[in-house]
Amino acid sequence: MSLISFENVTKRFDGRPVLDGLSFTVEKGEILCIVGPSGTGKSVTLKHLVRLLTPSSGRVVVDGIDVAECSGAELERLRGRIGYLFQSGALLAWMTVAENVALPLEECTSLPDEEISARVAAALEAVELSDAADKYPSEISGGMQKRAGLARAIVRETDIVLYDEPTSGLDPVTASTIDRLVKKLNRELGITSIVVTHDIASALKIADRILLVKRGKAVECSAPAQFARSANPEVREFLEAAKGGAI
Amino acid sequence: MTIVREPVWDDAPRSKAQGVVRRLTSVLSALGLAAKIALASIASFPAVLCRRSGRADFANQLYVTGIRTLPVITVVSLFTGMILALQVGLELRRFNQEMYLGAAVMISLVREMGPFSCGMCLVACVGSAIAAELGTMKINDEIAALEIMSISPIRYLAAPRIFALVVMAPLLAFFCCVVGVVGGGIVGSTQLGVDFRQYVSSAMGIAKTKDLFVGLFKAGVFGLVVGTVSVSEGFGTSLGATGVGRSTQRSVIAGFLLILMLGYMITRAFYR
Repeated sequence: MSLISFENVTKRFDGRPVLDGLSFTVEKGEILCIVGPSGTGKSVTLKHLVRLLTPSSGRVVVDGIDVAECSGAELERLRGRIGYLFQSGALLAWMTVAENVALPLEECTSLPDEEISARVAAALEAVELSDAADKYPSEISGGMQKRAGLARAIVRETDIVLYDEPTSGLDPVTASTIDRLVKKLNRELGITSIVVTHDIASALKIADRILLVKRGKAVECSAPAQFARSANPEVREFLEAAKGGAI
Repeated sequence: MTIVREPVWDDAPRSKAQGVVRRLTSVLSALGLAAKIALASIASFPAVLCRRSGRADFANQLYVTGIRTLPVITVVSLFTGMILALQVGLELRRFNQEMYLGAAVMISLVREMGPFSCGMCLVACVGSAIAAELGTMKINDEIAALEIMSISPIRYLAAPRIFALVVMAPLLAFFCCVVGVVGGGIVGSTQLGVDFRQYVSSAMGIAKTKDLFVGLFKAGVFGLVVGTVSVSEGFGTSLGATGVGRSTQRSVIAGFLLILMLGYMITRAFYR
């Protein structure tokens, strides 16, 4: 059984379908990159996995649990297994990077302080941000904020991480660092990852499979090499547009 | 209680009447949401005190609410007392009744003006800041991030702020009364020729325990209202920076209006 499955999910905003019968699965330990033009429902898809949104019809199932239908306690347990990296990093401005990373442990567990400090140090090391532990979010760059957000997402030893445009607005070098981290966390910690991005170069580099979503529908889902060679006209159009910098 | 909700769209109203009904419904639902936030905050306050970080945050909010607003509250209450003393004193002098100036200023301040000026200062200084801070957090996905981490925004953000206001408002109102009475005394003795000791004895002679407790109760209610309204406006923010501005403005307007209305109702309930 797949770890995550979207079963014919439709989501309407103001009567307009943003997701229109979207179906796909994600296997344990896999990196799935969701690509597609802006406004096609990529971020909306991620939000369904943590019940920030619920489907108008269809089911979103994570490890056998129907996310929209589960109880509050089940949702809390499920969210404890999922890390979410927002586009902005969503760090709390009045806390240092280390305090931000420690937050889910301090608020949701009863671990002793030493254990929390050790886990925070390990998470910051994993994202190569140990030097910025005592800095405030306003004192670090956008790329570092995203890495701090990533450290916070994995500090609870989550087994699924959802990345919402992790490389948007970053220079190519920083974007490549983030790509490397996504791959490293997947390889070393076995984290199942769903990466929403419009950066096709990054997707081709890190993904086990790439899913192209257009107008709320899955167009193609295949391995990067296969995706790059696809004869599907919509995939070709997307790849050509990305190559020309139109996306 | 979930704070990050799905957006709701309404069709354009088909008639003026439908527009009015919708507006009324949205006001009632905003009041309902504020009441739910107040109740959820009350329920989660023990959990705030149970955690070390919660106690630290609560102490910080007490400082922000109580100490940082002191300069403004001192100036406002001093001038409120001075204006009251000048207006009432001039009228009393026409009837040679200046000796009652202290009583008049004290009654006005303890029963109404103290809690009222304190409430207004809290709306302007603290409520607006809370609405803007939480509104910015909402549009930056920080509230959503807390919910995904299973950290209740009510417990983590709302309860410490609301309770700090409930605790500090009566203390600040008492401070307002003291400073206002002193201000009235300064005007009485320097401009109206009232002996300061006579002013103080007249003020102390009229003050009753009931007046003090009703005044402090009123201030506590104002604190609860300011906290709840600003938190619920902050949590309800959408549409980016414009939305933050709108939420802040709405929290100030709603706070002012509710303080006026509730002030009248509480006075009516205790003084018939």
